[in-house]
Amino acid sequence: MAKTEVEEVVIRVEDVTKSFKIPLEASSGLKQKVINTIKGRKGYRDFKPLNDISFTVNKGDFFGIVGRNGSGKSTLLKTLAGIYTPNEGSVVINGTLVPFIELGVGFNPDLTGKENVYLNGALLGFDRKEIDAMYNDIVDFAELHEFMEERLKNYSSGMQVRLAFSIAIQAKGDILLLDEVLAVGDAVFQKKCFEYFKQLKREKKTVILVSHDASALEEYCNKGILLNEGSIVKAGKIDEVISKYRSIVNKIEETNVEKEPQTGAYVHEGTGGLTIKKAISVDENTLSAKKIFTEKDKNVAIKIDYIANIDIDDPVYELTIYDGVGQRVFASNTIWSHQKTEGVVKNQKIKTEWLLPNIFASGVFTISVSAGMSGGAVILDRVEDAGKFQVNKKSYSNAITNIDYKLKVVK
Amino acid sequence: MKLSKIFSKRNRVLLRELVITEFKLRYQGSALGYLWSVLKPLFLFAILYIVFEKFLRLGRDIENFPVYLLLGVVMWTFFTEATNNGLQSIIARGDLIRKINFPKYIIVVSGTISALINLGFNLLIVLVFILVSGVHISFESLLVIPLILELYLFALGLAFFLAALNVKFRDAGYLWEIFLQAAFYATPILYPLAMVMSQSLVAAQLIMLNPVAQIIQDIRYVLVTHDSVTIYHIISHWYLIAIPFAIVVLSVVVGGLYFKKNSKYFAESI
Repeated sequence: MAKTEVEEVVIRVEDVTKSFKIPLEASSGLKQKVINTIKGRKGYRDFKPLNDISFTVNKGDFFGIVGRNGSGKSTLLKTLAGIYTPNEGSVVINGTLVPFIELGVGFNPDLTGKENVYLNGALLGFDRKEIDAMYNDIVDFAELHEFMEERLKNYSSGMQVRLAFSIAIQAKGDILLLDEVLAVGDAVFQKKCFEYFKQLKREKKTVILVSHDASALEEYCNKGILLNEGSIVKAGKIDEVISKYRSIVNKIEETNVEKEPQTGAYVHEGTGGLTIKKAISVDENTLSAKKIFTEKDKNVAIKIDYIANIDIDDPVYELTIYDGVGQRVFASNTIWSHQKTEGVVKNQKIKTEWLLPNIFASGVFTISVSAGMSGGAVILDRVEDAGKFQVNKKSYSNAITNIDYKLKVVK
Repeated sequence: MKLSKIFSKRNRVLLRELVITEFKLRYQGSALGYLWSVLKPLFLFAILYIVFEKFLRLGRDIENFPVYLLLGVVMWTFFTEATNNGLQSIIARGDLIRKINFPKYIIVVSGTISALINLGFNLLIVLVFILVSGVHISFESLLVIPLILELYLFALGLAFFLAALNVKFRDAGYLWEIFLQAAFYATPILYPLAMVMSQSLVAAQLIMLNPVAQIIQDIRYVLVTHDSVTIYHIISHWYLIAIPFAIVVLSVVVGGLYFKKNSKYFAESI
């Protein structure tokens, strides 16, 4: 970043603390108040989502606020947007701030698409004339020409999001507050969102982006803060903030992985002609249980134990690996791999061993096992969550896999 | 808050859109739509005419008694609608308040303006009946404008107070409903004030300290008939006459300040 010009502070947050009174009883009526006063009860508990937060944002910053769910991100965003008033400390903002806590604020299902554009526009600070001028752009971008005279309740949720987003990007302000909820919707819409982010970056707008998605922040932000339980854990350059965030998340996931699922807790599906007893990740050499794999491990080995409950002539064994967000990373079985299987008899124990090249990106993976017969037409047993393993790699990948590759920068 | 900020362009635009939306949604799905705004007072007049002119035979000594009645009921309806709209407004718009920061008073004002628009339609019908009844309209009738303004300000002040109170105690709505029912009979709307005066002058004087009673009797006086007994007829001390006006000013100041103090915490309390 060029240091030639003096950096201008546009947001200054000083010692901000926010606490809420959470009512202990559901009702907020007078009766409860009287009862509580008589019994000398408070009737609420204090909840402090923000504790002594201080930071500054300079003009032109793309500023990321990251943290796990419940870390205080949303409360901080709402405090910046002026929706919440801090109990202590101050928030000073120089410039016009346009908040997008949610798209389509004020949308009314009983109004037409067109009427909603004017209503939502008014909330963003546009008058009729200004919206008249940008109306065609909004409709073009949303691709909703033939629907504008229809009521919003007849729109699909995707159409509503498209309309709301098209209005939102017309908003002109010096500072934009964007919540991660913006990046919902289908892949096409997400792409539009990210293009909008890029455009903002090109225009050197000051943007505050709140997310728990590290990769999105890493891509767009230059600076940021990491929140944990209402306090700032790390502040500064975005890569430092993100790496601290990753280490916190990994630590938590590791403790989750260490808790090995008991086979008794397996949820079995299928006819029951066979039982999946155990599925674990193991070291490929020693075949002893291994939960965490790194770059040093060439392969991830999976060992599965079964027992047959009936005579099976043509068993099929299948393995599927899911990543942390439920995407299928690997799926295969003995048919697809042209592996001939021998028939088994009742009470016979069976073992399969799978050797998968360690192409996984860092994260936690779920082992899903099933077994069938008659070419897979009959499912004998299936356990969706039969075990977990974790991959920790130093190199970062923004994809499902993290393969070993060569990179050369040629001048 | 600066006055220039209260009436800033953004706030005016927002107020306009909220009022338009409310108006559009009011009669949505009904076959007659906006027509109901005039049909309602029309039918109300028919009912009042039949009940009071043909059966109860109340107010024989007041000329144009049905129009006199209608005007009173219309003004009272405005008062209840404006305060009730205001009372519910903040809670009803909780979704907006939680997601975007804007001056909350706009919501309350838009609720009372909706009631004001309805009053306009109702007064149109009243005016038709006034003309049909052959009441002489003079310059004096223009006094109706400051009187409506006075009633609006009173309702607005109460609406601010009730809206903020309702966020804290949801019982406020029920209490206000009961209060209004009692106040309806404590205000000379259905019965002529002369009926009370014949029993007790002090009671009549007390009744007229209520701003709504003072306004309704004044409006009837300037618009329908000089048979309407006003506060100036039965109270002679100026400082007593000033009481209903002082109540109006007090409601605006106290209601406004109470609302302003609490509005900062609406987003987290709703």
